[in-house]
Amino acid sequence: MAEHYLSLAVKAIFVENMALAFFLGMCSFLAVSKKVETALGLGFAVVVVQTITVPMNNLIYHHLLTQGGLAWLHPSLAQYDLTFLGFLTYIGTIAAAVQIVEMILDRYAPALYTTLGIFLPLIAVNCAILGGSLFMVERGYTFPESVVFGFGSGAGWALAIIALAAIRERMRYSNVPEGLRGLGITFIITGLMAIGFMAFAGIQL
Amino acid sequence: MPQRSDAAYTIGFSAVVCVVCAVLVSSSAVALRDRQAVNIELDRRKNVLAAAGVLKDGESLSREEIERRFASFQVVAVDLRSGEEDPSFPIEGYDARRALADASASRPAPRNDAQILRVPNHGLVYKQLDAGGRLDLIVLPVEGKGLWSTLYGFLALGADLTTIRGLTYYQHGETPGLGGEVDNPRWKALWPGRSAFDEGGEPVIEVTRGRAGTVQEDPHRVDGLAGATLTSRGVTGMLQFWLGENGYGPYLERLKKEGVDGQTP
Amino acid sequence: MAKPRDVLIDPLFNNNPIALQVLGICSALAVTTKMETSVVMAVAVVFVVAFSNLFISALRAMIPTSIRIIVQLTIIASLVIVVDQFLKAYLFDVSKQLSVFVGLIITNCIVMGRAEAFAMQNPPALSFIDGVGNGLGYGVLLLVVGSVRELFGAGTYFGLPVFALAAEGGWYTPNGLMVLAPGAFFLIGLFIWALRTWKPEQIEKPEA
Repeated sequence: MAEHYLSLAVKAIFVENMALAFFLGMCSFLAVSKKVETALGLGFAVVVVQTITVPMNNLIYHHLLTQGGLAWLHPSLAQYDLTFLGFLTYIGTIAAAVQIVEMILDRYAPALYTTLGIFLPLIAVNCAILGGSLFMVERGYTFPESVVFGFGSGAGWALAIIALAAIRERMRYSNVPEGLRGLGITFIITGLMAIGFMAFAGIQL
Repeated sequence: MPQRSDAAYTIGFSAVVCVVCAVLVSSSAVALRDRQAVNIELDRRKNVLAAAGVLKDGESLSREEIERRFASFQVVAVDLRSGEEDPSFPIEGYDARRALADASASRPAPRNDAQILRVPNHGLVYKQLDAGGRLDLIVLPVEGKGLWSTLYGFLALGADLTTIRGLTYYQHGETPGLGGEVDNPRWKALWPGRSAFDEGGEPVIEVTRGRAGTVQEDPHRVDGLAGATLTSRGVTGMLQFWLGENGYGPYLERLKKEGVDGQTP
Repeated sequence: MAKPRDVLIDPLFNNNPIALQVLGICSALAVTTKMETSVVMAVAVVFVVAFSNLFISALRAMIPTSIRIIVQLTIIASLVIVVDQFLKAYLFDVSKQLSVFVGLIITNCIVMGRAEAFAMQNPPALSFIDGVGNGLGYGVLLLVVGSVRELFGAGTYFGLPVFALAAEGGWYTPNGLMVLAPGAFFLIGLFIWALRTWKPEQIEKPEA
């Protein structure tokens, strides 16, 4: 049993890395990876938000949206299939979770809150977060699996952005052509990292 | 621009936005639902025809033409638990996918390579009979996970219940150009003539890494999809699952034993 | 107040959403393997950004600050769902190919980015034009990358054969790297290099 969850976690972090295998969350991935310190903070925030939202959306999907899900409220409601509201509800949960995380950080960890600045609310539009919930629905994960997958996929994304930030900090001492400086070379580095992570593709545990 | 921020206004505003958006979204969903359902059913029939080789790739048909060609097919409900046809099962409006959410109409699947979680108790197969009333072709529904999504399609087998006539997917969310190449006519053309089972009756058909030979050289293997390892693996996994003992395997064996004379027991 | 013509033309090359603003990358990688999907995606994004900018700008004085982001997201998500429903009803085959990625338009940072950066501070008509402009800027990059990827990755253009493929007795062996996402990364990097050589004002200052 634990083995199943462990393999799910390893798959989510390495084999099916949200940033380097599925290329989700690229905007903040490329924009926030200039310094390891900020990358660490953003990565941590993404892990927290993902671990909260994927299980929550799982509950919403199974007990509110899917046909028959509303039966707990009243048997006559079981006929309704509200899955077309999926996008709206998942994004709503995510925005709410981000807002709450923001308020908690502001109150209990003001230093981290200031460091992250604008990037904290931008997590709400990080496609890796919405993508995580959409995958969870697509693959029909149970609640415990959603917790593991939420944590794993967030951690994988964090791992990728911290690695990229470390490489970019090193690149400051390299002689990059002017036109490629900054964004251009980052795209090429990310492409190479992605090829590296392709080594994990298809591993079955 | 100054923005209001007192609590009552906030709640009121959000309520109005919710209602307006909900109405907009729901009305478009409801208004277009019938048309979408027609599209989906027509598409499914088109794909049964495509898998069977009745419809050529790139050929587009009017709705009447699809209905006409589909008329030669017999829809049969198969009880997957026993491998027998179930003539009393209500076919009209049956959706095997909906059944997966119903604990009384489906059961959990054992671990498999296509991450299929549940198997419906009943599946719909499409038989085409020749002029003499004998089974000419049978089309089975197959589904399983690829990389991004679940792929839904049809596998057509010839009268010997081993030779593949075609494989078509009518719904999937794979990456366009990679896993999405399951829709590429050139890849689909590699399937007719391959053998699904080996001499022992085991489903061995697979999508291999890299190139496979011709139908004569490599009867059990088909070229892999470049850059789409997981989709290819999913295809192999789902074909072997649905042709095996947890899918339509027992039904196909029964058909083979009883002779394919088209007389349903 | 910016002039409408500038608002429309700027995002094409001077302030390209992908190449300078770093927005909308994810879908640019995923849907550019074929021209057909690139075009539909570009049109869908133009539609969504333009109308979301329009509605958000019209409501900008009324939205309470505390729920600003959620309100914007709700409007954007509703628009995307409507687009998705239309595609499924009228362009079924194309919607099948785009499936997951239409939903991801909601989190396409261009939509949210322009809402925050422009629509919240500008009148509706101008915001609409800004939306169209940014959508087109996104579209330009999609079409360029899509052209290279489909042409060299598959030898076709809009599905029509251009290079005779070796597999069918011709001379061209498709370049597998073009079909994979890292190929798109390299192409976008090169596009940025070319763009910044043409317009050096976009070159980033070296870090201190």
